[in-house]
Amino acid sequence: MNLFTWIALVILLSVFAGLIRVLKGPTAADRMLAAQLFGTGGVAILLILVHAMQMPSLVDVALVYALLAAITMVVFVKWQWNDHEGEGEGRDEFH
Amino acid sequence: MRGKGRGEMSFTDLLGWFFFLLAVPFFWGGSLGLLRFPDTNTRLHALTKADNLGLGFVVAGSIFFTKDWTVALKLILIWLAVLIASTVSCFLIANSAYKRK
Repeated sequence: MNLFTWIALVILLSVFAGLIRVLKGPTAADRMLAAQLFGTGGVAILLILVHAMQMPSLVDVALVYALLAAITMVVFVKWQWNDHEGEGEGRDEFH
Repeated sequence: MRGKGRGEMSFTDLLGWFFFLLAVPFFWGGSLGLLRFPDTNTRLHALTKADNLGLGFVVAGSIFFTKDWTVALKLILIWLAVLIASTVSCFLIANSAYKRK
């Protein structure tokens, strides 16, 4: 393991620390913030692994990851708005 | 692109390592803010600012390690895409949390 891999590992540990918020977050928006953390941290980890593994194609993977993280947030907010308009009662396990 | 071999490290490699090591505390700061702040909006504030700055440092560091300028341009475009997407999703989440109250 070279130093690139160690830096990627430290950033991955910080992303894992953010997963505690998924366990104890009171609302669904707090849990989705951990997904946002995964989006940004995942892109950073992939950009470091480009140099650690000598694979330049991982830059394209990082680009797709960034776009998919944005789409995830938009889909979540749209789902929550639809939930808010309709009969939102009795779904307390999500909030 | 050389990973090991500290003896043959050039000046641009040193700058790259500097930016990579500078990015790590920002990611940890974003995670700690997500864990310790009391409100949804404050957690959003910690996450979307500190993490994007850390990603900017990672992009700046890996620009110094790449030899091809088109790859460097692509890295900058990735960072701009992440910034725009993070801004939009930050606004959407904050708006949703505001309406939820």
